[in-house]
Amino acid sequence: MSTSVVEPPTTTKPVLSARDLRIATTSGYEILHGVSFTLQPGKILALVGESGSGKTTAGLACLGHFRRGLKHTGGEIHLAGTGDYGNILDLPEAERRKLRGGSISYVPQDPALSLNPAMTIGRQIQEVLQVHHYGDSEEDRRARAKEVLAEVGLENSETYQRRYPHQLSGGQQQRVGIAMAFACRPAVLVLDEPTTGLDVTTQALVLQTIAELAERHGVAGLYITHDLAVVAKVADEVVVMLSGEVVEKGSTAQVLYQPRHEYTQKLLSAVPDLAGRRQVGRVAVITEEHPAINLASGHVTAVQALQIPPSSEDRSNLLEVAGLKLSYGSNKVLGGIDFSLARGESMMLLGESGSGKTTLSRCIAGLNDDYTGIVRLNGHALSPGTRARTAEQRQQVQYVFQSPFSSLNPRRTVCESVEVPLQMSGTLSRKQRRVRVLEALDQVRLGESYLDRRPGDLSGGQRQRVAIARALVNAPALLVCDEVTSALDVSVQASIIDLLRTLQAETGMSMLFVTHNICLARHISQRIAVLQHGRIVDFGSTDEVLKHPQHEYTRELLANVPTI
Amino acid sequence: MSVIDSPQLVEREVEAPPGLLRRLIRQRQAKIGVALTAAVVLIALFGPLVLPWGATGYTSTEFAGRPFKPEGLFGTDNLGRDVLTRFLDGGLRLLMFAALATLLGMIIGGLSGMAAAYRGGIVDSAIMRSNDVLLALPQLVFALLAITVLGPQSWVLVTVIAITHAPRIARVTRSATVAVVTEDFIRASEMYAVPKWKILVQDVLPNITGPLMVELGLRMTYSIGALASLSFLGLGMQPPTADWGLMINENRIALAIQPWGVILPVLAIAVLTVGTNLITDSLARASANLNVGESK
Repeated sequence: MSTSVVEPPTTTKPVLSARDLRIATTSGYEILHGVSFTLQPGKILALVGESGSGKTTAGLACLGHFRRGLKHTGGEIHLAGTGDYGNILDLPEAERRKLRGGSISYVPQDPALSLNPAMTIGRQIQEVLQVHHYGDSEEDRRARAKEVLAEVGLENSETYQRRYPHQLSGGQQQRVGIAMAFACRPAVLVLDEPTTGLDVTTQALVLQTIAELAERHGVAGLYITHDLAVVAKVADEVVVMLSGEVVEKGSTAQVLYQPRHEYTQKLLSAVPDLAGRRQVGRVAVITEEHPAINLASGHVTAVQALQIPPSSEDRSNLLEVAGLKLSYGSNKVLGGIDFSLARGESMMLLGESGSGKTTLSRCIAGLNDDYTGIVRLNGHALSPGTRARTAEQRQQVQYVFQSPFSSLNPRRTVCESVEVPLQMSGTLSRKQRRVRVLEALDQVRLGESYLDRRPGDLSGGQRQRVAIARALVNAPALLVCDEVTSALDVSVQASIIDLLRTLQAETGMSMLFVTHNICLARHISQRIAVLQHGRIVDFGSTDEVLKHPQHEYTRELLANVPTI
Repeated sequence: MSVIDSPQLVEREVEAPPGLLRRLIRQRQAKIGVALTAAVVLIALFGPLVLPWGATGYTSTEFAGRPFKPEGLFGTDNLGRDVLTRFLDGGLRLLMFAALATLLGMIIGGLSGMAAAYRGGIVDSAIMRSNDVLLALPQLVFALLAITVLGPQSWVLVTVIAITHAPRIARVTRSATVAVVTEDFIRASEMYAVPKWKILVQDVLPNITGPLMVELGLRMTYSIGALASLSFLGLGMQPPTADWGLMINENRIALAIQPWGVILPVLAIAVLTVGTNLITDSLARASANLNVGESK
């Protein structure tokens, strides 16, 4: 770590301090190169970094836990209130187990995975108390379980305690997770990306709960995250990590607004923001100066499209969706969707999980054929289901999947995966296909060396680029991107967004960008459609919707967006 | 400066896990298994080439002759035929039939399992329920029935054993396929209207090789056992063919005075079974965390 970093003045005794922590794999490769930080009671320290930076490893080390294949090679962790205030890493495993859940506890990332689905939440909280011999009697523990539920802002009635995890929403599950961690009144809470899977409104509630706990009960929080906007909202101090090293630390205001290290500056520049003050990547953000159709691209099709205003319902629309309905039994997923998309236009389809946005995009791409209603491409109605469409229609609409970890066959090389659309259109020889694949890889800034590699050798961002290349190889007229950045780090997200914007400008294709992240609006789309419970509740140009939201739901979303 | 250009932010390359085969060979258990299996397979393969005498010919007038005499290293059997010669000759047939039966079973079971999982709905129910019916029949009883009706020909043997394997393989294949067909790359192939059979071959099959390999090893073991027991019961290979199962049956009468006629084939079958089992075990371990979707 750099010694030049100025330590913030410590007014109180730290509740946990990690000093020169070194962790290596059992084969000797060092993962953490001397990480130090201190936690103050009542304050929240954010540990920021990208995947692979070692932030979770450092967080777990505070609990005296090392994941399989890792071993502790140096450094100390001191936890206040553990007898002689010694190094907890020197304690035997049995002693460390007593600390966990008692003095220091952990909130994992996904509450749906960490809660036992076959046990009521009341029982689960009481179990934690029982294991740590909290209180003197069963009565005490029951009372504490009730109390802690109230402390995390949940209902503390008996009936609520009798619920099973699946009867709660994601945000409630996460708050139960926090309640379990907080049940024994620990001095330190380690939170590992607790809001990553949640939508903004719920995230705001959970963050508020965490902040309140820290403030009211003097708990020190170690908040592990990659989301700098969340850091701005919840943390008092920030430690920025890059490949196992602390590159910058200081108060939140200092790190976020006067970043010293180059890496922090880059991370900050990659964070999308709602107001469009910064630009993500090379392409300018979309503000009110921009017309609804991107003029800046200067591309022929984009200019042509501009001459006919996109609002008028005429034949220039590339895609028209009318009365699209879909329901599974009594569960209505889509309740009559109407919108149109002009040539060269980019539109954002915004919605929370369960709003039907993925279903809608899959209907358009032909992956879902259970719908009723009409999807028109160039004025011709598309049949539901890709197999029923003509080869040309299939070529014109392309779809990029959410998770690049699932959308590429791990046993096929990049070339084999990308050439599938060409193979199916079936006019090119193997050599010609390879040339086209190479062109597509060039478009997504991946070189020839990637042709014969398999997805296992690639990182998430590279895989997503390959997936985009597969969609581009046939030169589509419409690209449907389904949450393409939600599985990726912020900086990778920035580069993918940048790439998509550049590609759209270069090729003049239309784009339907499906996301739950409203912050991306100004970076990707000229128009926004807000989807809630299978209906479009707000629709208009990006600027219009962001500045004058028509619907209550949009206003709520905008109010809860964490910003730096 | 744009994010694209910064070398630190463009993602590091991820190290690929070693392949199934390399992980398999790393285990000591697998090495022992391969050695044992190889020994028996080599005997069976090259045995017929070094036959001292003809496999059905008589070398001695002495029935059930003692071993270590010029008439034969391991003595002669109840009809005065050389035990070693018959042993060397009898293995290949057993191995070949077992391999054929296993392969046929894998093809039938694998295809029906993949089809059931991929198509789902009525096709799934139809295939899996008829599977259940087949599973309800005891393996040996089914084999006895078929062989008594159709006669103990080699194709009947192979087919019968393959059919008894198929439903079990289909189950394993189906459950492995179910996990794969929910992956997005299958959706992607469907989106490009790739023919369904091609999706099964290109996208599904390579991703379920782990469990299928385990099943292959296990079924091979069972095939050897089934063939040997059918021969022992007199329903498999017919005399005077040299066959390990048959040898055990023929020579068990003289077990007390001339044990070699039984010991040699029993030893070979046991070693082969243990060997393939060890390989199967280590295969299962090697493929345990090599499945789709666990890459991150």
